[in-house]
Amino acid sequence: MATEEKEMKVTRGCNFLVDEASLDDVFIPEEFDEEQQMVGQLARDFYDGSVAPVNDEIEALADGVTVNLLKEAGELGLLSVDLPERFGGFAQTKAVSMLVAESLCKNASFNTAFSCHTGIGSLPIVYFGTEEQKQKFLPGLATGEIIGAYALTEAGSGSDALAARTTAVLNDEGTEYVLNGEKLFITNGNFADLFIVFAKVDGEQFTAFIIEKNNEGLSLGAEEKKMGIKGSSTTSVILQDAKVPVENVLGEIGNGARIAFNILNVGRFKLAAAVTGGGIAAMKETVEYAKGRQQFGRPIAEFGMVQHKIAESLSRLYAARSAIYRTAGYIDQNIATIDVTDPERDSKVIDSAIREYMVECSILKVFCSEALDYTVDEVVQIYGGYGYTQEYGAERYYRDSRINRIFEGTNEINRIVVGGEVMKRAAKNSIPLFARAKALLDELTGFPDLGDDDDTSFLANERKLVNQARKIVYLAAGTMGQTLGMKLQDVWGHEELLGLLADLIMETYAMDSAVLRTMKLKERGAPDVDTFHSALTRLYCNEAMARMEITARTLLSAIVEGDDLSMALSGLRRTAKYAPANTVALRREIAEYAASHDDWGL
Amino acid sequence: MKILVGLKHVPDTETKVKVADDGVSLVEAGIKFVMSPYDEYAVEEALKLKEAAGEGEVLLVCAGPESATATLRQGLAMGADRAVLIQDPRFDRADGLVRASALASVATQESPDLVLLGKQGVGTDESQTVPMLGELLDLPHVSAVGTLEIVDGRFTAHREIEGAVEVMEGSLPAILGCEKGLNEPRYASLKGIMQAKKKTIDVRSAADAGIEDGALGEGKMVVWEKLDLPAPRSGARILEGEIDDQVVELVRCLREEEKVI
Ligand SMILES: Cc1cc2nc3c(=O)[nH]c(=O)nc-3n(C[C@H](O)[C@H](O)[C@H](O)COP(=O)(O)OP(=O)(O)OC[C@H]3O[C@@H](n4cnc5c(N)ncnc54)[C@H](O)[C@@H]3O)c2cc1C
Ligand SMILES: Cc1cc2nc3c(=O)[nH]c(=O)nc-3n(C[C@H](O)[C@H](O)[C@H](O)COP(=O)(O)OP(=O)(O)OC[C@H]3O[C@@H](n4cnc5c(N)ncnc54)[C@H](O)[C@@H]3O)c2cc1C
Repeated sequence: MATEEKEMKVTRGCNFLVDEASLDDVFIPEEFDEEQQMVGQLARDFYDGSVAPVNDEIEALADGVTVNLLKEAGELGLLSVDLPERFGGFAQTKAVSMLVAESLCKNASFNTAFSCHTGIGSLPIVYFGTEEQKQKFLPGLATGEIIGAYALTEAGSGSDALAARTTAVLNDEGTEYVLNGEKLFITNGNFADLFIVFAKVDGEQFTAFIIEKNNEGLSLGAEEKKMGIKGSSTTSVILQDAKVPVENVLGEIGNGARIAFNILNVGRFKLAAAVTGGGIAAMKETVEYAKGRQQFGRPIAEFGMVQHKIAESLSRLYAARSAIYRTAGYIDQNIATIDVTDPERDSKVIDSAIREYMVECSILKVFCSEALDYTVDEVVQIYGGYGYTQEYGAERYYRDSRINRIFEGTNEINRIVVGGEVMKRAAKNSIPLFARAKALLDELTGFPDLGDDDDTSFLANERKLVNQARKIVYLAAGTMGQTLGMKLQDVWGHEELLGLLADLIMETYAMDSAVLRTMKLKERGAPDVDTFHSALTRLYCNEAMARMEITARTLLSAIVEGDDLSMALSGLRRTAKYAPANTVALRREIAEYAASHDDWGL
Repeated sequence: MKILVGLKHVPDTETKVKVADDGVSLVEAGIKFVMSPYDEYAVEEALKLKEAAGEGEVLLVCAGPESATATLRQGLAMGADRAVLIQDPRFDRADGLVRASALASVATQESPDLVLLGKQGVGTDESQTVPMLGELLDLPHVSAVGTLEIVDGRFTAHREIEGAVEVMEGSLPAILGCEKGLNEPRYASLKGIMQAKKKTIDVRSAADAGIEDGALGEGKMVVWEKLDLPAPRSGARILEGEIDDQVVELVRCLREEEKVI
């Protein structure tokens, strides 16, 4: 990517809502260079050679298995892919770290431990630590000698993380903070050496601390008995007069929210990469099963309704993966503009380069975790009765998937982030959404533009559908802005609306990302783009447009009435009008391709 | 100690190959090529010997198409020091002697203390390169080495044969073909991958390596006439009922249906 990267320009967050992206600015996973592909291969080899053989031990939470694997991953450099070089890292792009994340996901439990360590367990120090803290902890985190954990949640404060009740009080000498409270559901709890703990100084100022395991006031609760990811450790962390030296305050006093939320952005997009890789791997196994399982004298892979499940899953996973690498590319392009010698670089990376794409990060988290849930549900179904037993992987994939809609911010909270942040940026005019909405109204009250329906160029219809999707967002956001205005600041009073708007925005990003990737593959002369990838894209866009019309109707009906509603709905009908493709045929094509090819290039 | 390791760039054993329209080559689109698995043991053994000696050089050599640089890069990332690619797309379907001659030319120039190869290259699995290279260079050669010891310029190699282990001793330089189980090949770590980028791959033409054009083209000694995929397996059957009845049924099937007993 190195040379191509330089030619890419920085794209603003949420820009997909207002501009058609130029293919040059969109990164696709097919652009990884030889060396980057080798890193991905290393992660896959490590999974196959070291993780897969001990799957059962991991699931049983056998002593030391996960820790030893993390250490081995550390020796190989897999824990420090995107850490700065001066602390033993390899300073690779975020896109490469996604490639690693998606390769380790076939065991969701190990992946949870890995992601927690490399993400929320290490990155707070990378981005917010002092030079001394970095020197003290990062080399150990990079090799796995120190395992990290992140303790934000409490019994009384989950989604509402800032309502934490753990307190921190400075001692009289001013040398130590004394922490009291209990953190709940802490991943890697059982074996972590270092905890990033959030507490309120004097019961008010939300602050992050670095607490080491050997701290006398720190103890652990029992392992939670969970529905899935049973091989990941989840414990409570109890702080009883835990004395933490002032040097271990992370960031500034009162700065905890900034740390907590910014780090979640990274957690979210890494989760997205991991779950998408997991979904593809699960479907791969399932297609093999369906090819071998005979009923009514034929492999069930040949039955249309089974093909429906396969194709639908693949089209969602394709859109998901396209959006993941596109977002990673944007973040990497943005990071590349920050001077490497800038002493504030690390905090600029997280505070500006990554935060800029917080909407995209939340979209990915929701979209990909839901694509995985859809996929594993159909995986169980395709396995039939065997999918319900523990003999095959299906049952485990199904259980393991469920957590992804809950942690790293529940999907409800992330939908509020997407809808709320877009409305906020629109109100500040940092994205010209309302201007576009106004232009759309003018267009809708004028003569219908019949357009050039005879455009037969590659994916012409789908490109049109993406433009229509953007317009549906303008219509929805514009109507919300106009009728609700400042009232929207009362988020809780309007959260269903923000959630519906988020769904429209997510569909738009998914459609747009799939179309752009397929266009770029076409431009690069990739094999099978005219058959497989274009079918995936067409299927996704057609189905998404149908869903969007329903969602937008629900939304509009909730905010306007009478004649205004009739007008709005007729505008919606005009905006959402399209000639549907034969999606039944598309699904068959996709499933047949999947059954006859090893490498799907999703 | 200077160790030369020969590598072959082959289709991944996991991929399902398709025969191209010409009937003698594979459809390359969609096939992943990798370092031949037996060669991984050779690279690992070379690296271990070098590490144990505390000095030395591991040189990789491959006769293959331009894309084989990926395999060489993989070996460099595992820790080898440098690499030579004798590049010609026709090496893919050349005969063993041509490939062995190409390796011999580099071995003659570099005069290594030891040459390690995989015992065979997966894909065509001819197992010819080790003995041919040994004869071309007039050096001792042993293939399918499962355990190796090197002391004072002599090697002791164990190879499993039917029901026994053969122990061969000889002097260096020698040509040894590595068998599965000789060692546990390491992963190419991130550090290795980053360092590999800075190592050189010296690309030479077949002519540079003393291979006459004819040997790769018209005048080939071995010509591939036709490639066929194995016939698809027909349906398996699971016998049911009491175990005694199953045995009777099995014998009947073997005798009457399959006619093998
Ligand atoms: C296996 C596992 C591992 C975890 N690992 C960690 C970890 O390492 N570190 C850590 O700090 N935490 C961790 N967590 C905690 C996790 O982040 C929380 O469970 C999550 O944030 C949700 O909080 P909660 O469970 O208290 O649910 P609640 O906040 O009580 O939410 C319950 C439901 O109400 C919904 N809800 C809440 N508020 C709103 C709203 N305003 N509008 C609409 N719906 C709303 C939620 O979406 C959810 O559906 C982990 C949890 C699990 C299960
Ligand atoms: C907990 C449990 C309890 C059970 N209890 C009993 C019991 O008491 N008695 C009993 O006799 N059985 C029982 N069963 C078996 C159960 O009825 C079967 O599992 C079920 O009928 C599905 O058959 P299968 O598992 O062989 O799946 P398959 O028939 O192999 O089906 C696999 C998938 O292919 C799909 N499929 C198959 N054919 C077609 C087609 N033509 N078109 C489209 N899709 C197709 C199926 O819908 C399914 O999604 C039980 C199963 C379980 C898991």
